[in-house]
Amino acid sequence: MLGNAFLLAFRALRRNAMRSVLTMLGIIIGVAAVIVVVTLGSGATRQVSQQVASLGSNLLMVSVGKRMGPGQVSGAEAFKLADAEALANDVYGLAAVAPVASGSTTAIYANENWSTNVSGTTDAFFSVSNQPVAEGRLFTASEARLGTAVCVIGQTVAAKLFGLQNPLNNRIRLQKLSCEVIGVLKAKGQSTMGTDQDDLVVVPLRTYQRRIAGNQDVNLIKISVQDGQDTEKVKHEIEGILRVRRHLANTEENNFNVMDMKEIAAMLSSTTQTMTGMLSAVGAVSLLVGGIGIMNIMLVSVTERTREIGIRLAIGALENEVLLQFLVEAVVLSSFGGLIGILLALGAAWGLSGLMQVPFVFQGGIVLTAFLFSAAVGVIFGYFPARKAARLDPIEALRHE
Amino acid sequence: MADHPLLALQGVTKTYGTGDAQMHALAGINLSINPGEFVAVMGPSGSGKSTCMNILGCLDTPSGGEYRFQGVNVGGLTRNQRALLRRHYIGFVFQGFNLLNRTTALENVELPLIYRGMDTATRHRLAKAALDAVGLASRESHTPGELSGGQQQRVAIARAIVTEPALLLADEPTGNLDSKRSIEIMELLTAINRDQGITVVMVTHEPDMADYAKRIISFKDGLIESDRKLGD
Repeated sequence: MLGNAFLLAFRALRRNAMRSVLTMLGIIIGVAAVIVVVTLGSGATRQVSQQVASLGSNLLMVSVGKRMGPGQVSGAEAFKLADAEALANDVYGLAAVAPVASGSTTAIYANENWSTNVSGTTDAFFSVSNQPVAEGRLFTASEARLGTAVCVIGQTVAAKLFGLQNPLNNRIRLQKLSCEVIGVLKAKGQSTMGTDQDDLVVVPLRTYQRRIAGNQDVNLIKISVQDGQDTEKVKHEIEGILRVRRHLANTEENNFNVMDMKEIAAMLSSTTQTMTGMLSAVGAVSLLVGGIGIMNIMLVSVTERTREIGIRLAIGALENEVLLQFLVEAVVLSSFGGLIGILLALGAAWGLSGLMQVPFVFQGGIVLTAFLFSAAVGVIFGYFPARKAARLDPIEALRHE
Repeated sequence: MADHPLLALQGVTKTYGTGDAQMHALAGINLSINPGEFVAVMGPSGSGKSTCMNILGCLDTPSGGEYRFQGVNVGGLTRNQRALLRRHYIGFVFQGFNLLNRTTALENVELPLIYRGMDTATRHRLAKAALDAVGLASRESHTPGELSGGQQQRVAIARAIVTEPALLLADEPTGNLDSKRSIEIMELLTAINRDQGITVVMVTHEPDMADYAKRIISFKDGLIESDRKLGD
């Protein structure tokens, strides 16, 4: 009986091929939307967690100024090298402390120039920010202390200034400073915020302060906490020491800010997940609308095919056989639409993930769910029209114009 | 089967509506048709002949009286049982052909066989044979839109006889055709009745067409006005 229902349903769908395709479109779009969103969303989530890992273990960023809101700080006195040294000596449980003074500067080599971020820092910077060298070497602690004219550059800077040439042992110019490239950092890719982490030049702090900035300021202290230490506790200790060093009265708020990068990463990943959830909900709604579209078309189809149903009933089709045929038609439309939607979605998600530079994560669960859901949509929204068809009076149906 | 007539109506009435709006479509019909007969049913519209045909075709049940098909009381059957009875014993031919459009002649003829649950090979063989019997062997892949009215009615007849029914009900089969095609259809029905022994009951308005039958029943005001056999 089911075999017959499929045969009859396929013949009926083929008779109205155009309408069948249009009816499927709603389901195709719904299923595709859900799968694309979930696939890209989980890709983005995975990327965020990879970036958390690449941030370096337990990173704290101590910056100057009060946080006024997202990304805003009010002006305040900069740190000095001594502040960083004090933290390194007095706070228990720190792995490395890297004072950073940085600014935007144009780097020049031969005829090429490239505006980039130049950071003056100590040798601790590389371990704190988890940036190993790809070629050449990093500068040493003594070079940092002495303020020699050497620099380590990121992949982006290397590509922009040197192209295919080997940058090592060449000299680039940063304002008045001419420094020798001794190393190229390993590529790190985009940050969670979308900035290029390979677009930087690192020079010894003293060199930067004397030859580029012309002052003793340190804008940022990057600190990595030892594994197993409570970052929250360490953060409090740092705040205590800095408050004393910056002579803040008890009533005054901090004029600096200690950020735990893990918190930010967790926040970003939960934001990504919320977005994915919301967009999936939109997709699910369009799937539902697709289902209602199927019901709509099936109802129209029952009215339009009243005579045909009358013929079937007259030549001896049972009520259940007519019901099953119309139900199968609806389920075939919806599940076939679901299948096409899945294929389209996987193609689109694959292409878009390349374009958006997020990893393509195949989500078998959501693909299966979407397919089952689309088939269920056919059963649920097809049942009512199918029952309507099956209950027609053959005499009335045959008289229908 | 010889023990009783194919069809027997006994005091059959059919009423529509209730109260003052009540209408008696059939006011008490007694009729009996034997296997192998070719009956023409005539009468003005509203005389009750269509209602009678619906009851004979088991599409409808009588309000009163008794209808026996091969001795079985149809009034006592469920909707599904009547559907099965139609599937196995009755073929229908309509005035408007009632073929499935955008469907080939072969698939149209196959339709009742699908409901009988036949396998594809048998279905194709029987459908082709039926199309051959109505003289449309070469048109099996044509859709109704590609066939003339006369050809469409032949496909409909092929669909009705492909199951080798006991009874063929034809409701004004020539109503939409010109006289030349009408004659062809009548000759086809006569041949089916004569060669395959299928009982044919046909409603018609045209006395010329009724003359092909062996028995003419005239309806008037829900009653049988006359019932005469034509001498061969």
